[in-house]
Amino acid sequence: MAVEAKDLTKDYQWGFHDEDISVFRTAKGLSPEVVAAISQHKGEPEWMLKFRLKALDHFTKRPMPSWGADLSGIDFDNIYYYVKPVEEMGRTWDEVPESIKRTFDRLGIPEAERKFLAGVSAQYDSEVVYHNIREDLGKLGVIFSDCDTGLREHEEIFRKYFGTVIPPNDNKFAALNSAVWSGGSFVYVPKGVKVDIPLQAYFRINSDNMGQFERTLIIADEGASVHYIEGCTAPNYSSDSLHSAVVELIAHKGARIRYTTIQNWSDNVYNLVTKRAIAHEGATVEWIDGNLGSKVTMKYPSVYLMGEGAHAEVMSAAFAGTGQHQDAGSKAIHVAPHTTSNIVSRSISKGSGRTSYRGHIKVLPKARDSKVSVRCDALLLDEEARSDTYPYMDIDNPDVTVGHEATVSKVGEDQIFYLTSRGINEQEATALIVNGFFEPFVKELPMEYAVELNRLLALSMEGAIG
Amino acid sequence: MSERATLVCRDLRAEVEGKEILQGVDLEVAQGEIHALMGPNGSGKSTLAYTLMGHPKYVVTGGSATFDGQNILAMTADERARLGLFLCFQYPTAIPGVTTVNFLRAALRSLGKEMPAREFLKRLNDEMAQLRIPESFRSRYINDGFSGGEKKRSEILQLAMLRPRLAVLDETDSGLDVDALRTVAEGVMQLAGPDMGVLVITHYPRILEFLRPDAVHVLHQGRVVTSGGYELAQRIESDGYEPILGTAVAEPAGV
Repeated sequence: MAVEAKDLTKDYQWGFHDEDISVFRTAKGLSPEVVAAISQHKGEPEWMLKFRLKALDHFTKRPMPSWGADLSGIDFDNIYYYVKPVEEMGRTWDEVPESIKRTFDRLGIPEAERKFLAGVSAQYDSEVVYHNIREDLGKLGVIFSDCDTGLREHEEIFRKYFGTVIPPNDNKFAALNSAVWSGGSFVYVPKGVKVDIPLQAYFRINSDNMGQFERTLIIADEGASVHYIEGCTAPNYSSDSLHSAVVELIAHKGARIRYTTIQNWSDNVYNLVTKRAIAHEGATVEWIDGNLGSKVTMKYPSVYLMGEGAHAEVMSAAFAGTGQHQDAGSKAIHVAPHTTSNIVSRSISKGSGRTSYRGHIKVLPKARDSKVSVRCDALLLDEEARSDTYPYMDIDNPDVTVGHEATVSKVGEDQIFYLTSRGINEQEATALIVNGFFEPFVKELPMEYAVELNRLLALSMEGAIG
Repeated sequence: MSERATLVCRDLRAEVEGKEILQGVDLEVAQGEIHALMGPNGSGKSTLAYTLMGHPKYVVTGGSATFDGQNILAMTADERARLGLFLCFQYPTAIPGVTTVNFLRAALRSLGKEMPAREFLKRLNDEMAQLRIPESFRSRYINDGFSGGEKKRSEILQLAMLRPRLAVLDETDSGLDVDALRTVAEGVMQLAGPDMGVLVITHYPRILEFLRPDAVHVLHQGRVVTSGGYELAQRIESDGYEPILGTAVAEPAGV
């Protein structure tokens, strides 16, 4: 799975954008009227409109976070909060409009489905435009739809869980998402059902000054298991875009959820995402989180270990090129006894790129005999690059095993010399070292995503050798 | 490409961090020959190895070095490798996350010797069996957590897979027990022949009992001071360097 050196010189591959064919968009900026227009346009029940308006109120009152990355470049008044690209969602590929199809063809979605992936959903601007699920899974009661459809067709389950893991007043951007959310995925796996191949979603921002605020809600009932994967891209525009998603996972007793993301936003996107999971007794939640691209990313996938024996696994990889700041990390909150968390973070910075690991471990008094392991490694590709680590740990039980390791290293002259002495050119040698550094992450990915990530890494590495 | 490529060093001078270590090396090694380069500690043996391979820390300050008639001093390390040079490192560097298999495939591709996956794996398995390397090695990260002996075997495995025209072995025998030394030496002997020349750098004559070099050179204070046949190595084995180099060796002047 080596990076091809010839790929190292291409531009941001997904930087193309299609003609804007949207059928409906709200006015720029944010107001109760805009929020109401979104809700009304979607024909939502009253409770959801109220939820949105209350969230808007939180958003307005809440100050910008003063910690973390620099967010001063966001102009909330210059953003379209809702853009509807098509009239109806397609169930088959043929029903999707040509221009959007072209985009997704370039991203490889129908190919992915041809490989018998369990389900595929594709979101373009605010709305899901294409959606399908394998028939046998549908018969078992597995729901995989966009969130709007989830609300419309499965309101009872939807309402029971929506906003319970991440309430609107959790943080400013969760509030924003709660006010203007659209699309995203809704997954429900009934008791004991094990979905054997991944459910997939793709998100793409196509419009200029666009905000994308998808909302994802995944519930694995008792003993169920599911693997959900999403990929994200956006074209290059001169002005900045905002992506602010909320992802809520609920793993009931003995359930297992794996959530894999490869985010590859163009370098003018503010990517501010709240991801949180609840793991009940004996449940396992795994976040596999890859962050490339974007101007600023702030994202800390979290797991609340609420039931005895629950387990959290967070593996993240971040790449920050010149002008980019990846402020990522993880949180694990140990509430119940015998809970375990394992956090592995790898980051690479290049040029003036900056990566930060921000982690929070909390072990509550009742969480006796719990185990925590945190390991974060940073690789700097040149002198200018920067990496910081902010690990916070609050341990309120003496009977807990905690391990924390952090390293920062540089690509060594001797490593490059060793590889080049075998005939490999310097550019490819660096790519090998970079790929090798991300190997523990990459090997957690399904094959086509691993290949994709290595290709994206190669693109991000452009000019790394000067 | 001539029929038998030859490495030719003429008055080669090089410095490391501003200190001149090579002070005019003259040496010729042809493809198909085995030469030994011996000499006491600090005589410049490893510096010569790194300089020939093109490590950026080793700066050439004079003289020339050609291989197959081409000026290697103007080439980057990967260009030298593609010309047919290979260095068995005394201290190979770990590359975490890069498996032996992926590394070898990338190297073969770069050298224009790519082969179908099936053929590659067959050859790899054969070479590993020859060197008594366990199968688990294939998916281990290159030199990462390897023992001293494993590193040396890994170097010889690479040599066997990449098939250069001239291999420089930089103290490949150091730190090996007798059995491992025999395995490594046998590996080298399998490869040495009309297609590959060998320049073996060593402190100890023991490996030369296996390799039986065509020529032995003694490096001292950055220059080849004397050359001979295998019997020169035997003399060094029995009498040490002093009779050959004079008493100045044991305590270099000015130290």
